[in-house]
Amino acid sequence: MSREVSHTTHIMPVSLYLKIGGLLLILTGLTVFASFLQFGPYNLVIAMVIAATKASLVALFFMHLKYDNKLYMILFVSSLLFLATFIILTMFDTLTRGDINPETAMPYKPEAVIYTQPADSTAAAADSMHTTPDSSRTDQEPTE
Amino acid sequence: MSQSTEHPAYLQHHFSDAEQQRESVKLGMWIFLVTEILLFGGLFCAYSIYRAWNPDIFFNAHRFMNIELGTTNTCVLIISSLTIALAIRAIQLGKKNQTLVYLGSTFVLAGVFLVIKYFEYAHKFHEGMLPGKFYTFKGIAGTNPHVFFSMYFLMTGLHGIHVTVGMILIGWLMYRTKKGHFSSEYYTPVEMTGLYWHLVDIIWIFLFPLFYLVG
Repeated sequence: MSREVSHTTHIMPVSLYLKIGGLLLILTGLTVFASFLQFGPYNLVIAMVIAATKASLVALFFMHLKYDNKLYMILFVSSLLFLATFIILTMFDTLTRGDINPETAMPYKPEAVIYTQPADSTAAAADSMHTTPDSSRTDQEPTE
Repeated sequence: MSQSTEHPAYLQHHFSDAEQQRESVKLGMWIFLVTEILLFGGLFCAYSIYRAWNPDIFFNAHRFMNIELGTTNTCVLIISSLTIALAIRAIQLGKKNQTLVYLGSTFVLAGVFLVIKYFEYAHKFHEGMLPGKFYTFKGIAGTNPHVFFSMYFLMTGLHGIHVTVGMILIGWLMYRTKKGHFSSEYYTPVEMTGLYWHLVDIIWIFLFPLFYLVG
């Protein structure tokens, strides 16, 4: 029985930890800055790319995936693939319902407003959930 | 039985050596982290559906989020991830006091995160920016902004529970480190808690732009 420390523990230098931490803070600043610029739908893409970069840095260095047994990396990445499949297939459904029946394209209608009554009376709040579209929209500005 | 006298106290008898034990624990931890990703994944999926259906609400409602507090909390969590990574490094080198300092910093930073989160929640409770039928705030144009706050409280709430659990685990690690249970040869609980804490950080890295930086 060999009891001496024979495992291949990879000890990273402190400077590398500090560099990764600094990079994460810089990327945080970058994503806040980018959110104030107007790129239309690409704002979301930019924010997600920066978030994915930050998450990769944390996983590769702080969680040691870069140096550990690659089995852990396979587990981690496969869970992300399952998650992507889950979300993408769901969106194929929810985003294309209107192609068949326009009424189901946007399930949240302006008439569905439920917060038109003050909260102090619970009876009023309960009532407001069942009010007709006309009466519930008295203080509601039209969308657009 | 003849071998058991040679074993270090931390080595369970069904493992042939410490390295095998460490790898097994780590594999189990990663499988747990995968279930955590899928747990949050359901909420990320719900978020995607509602944001695709109500892009205007998410845009209008996110202006009522406090970006300064959100950014501060992101930095706090990133630094806490750094300190727990340094705590693992310190115990790998057998530096007990340094480990305690880094674990303590992580604990304090986690507390700061929760306190800031408390102030954000308190403000939203006060204004009536609450999920579903409890929503009473009237300052947001567009229909049904409560959808945004339902997702906000569900996702940051579940994340907050994870931060609380992380604080308890880190406190337990500090106690055990002080007792001298860990050394450069055995520090598995520190490493596993570190993995958990980094995952909590990764989830916040995604929650932050999704709720505070919509457009």
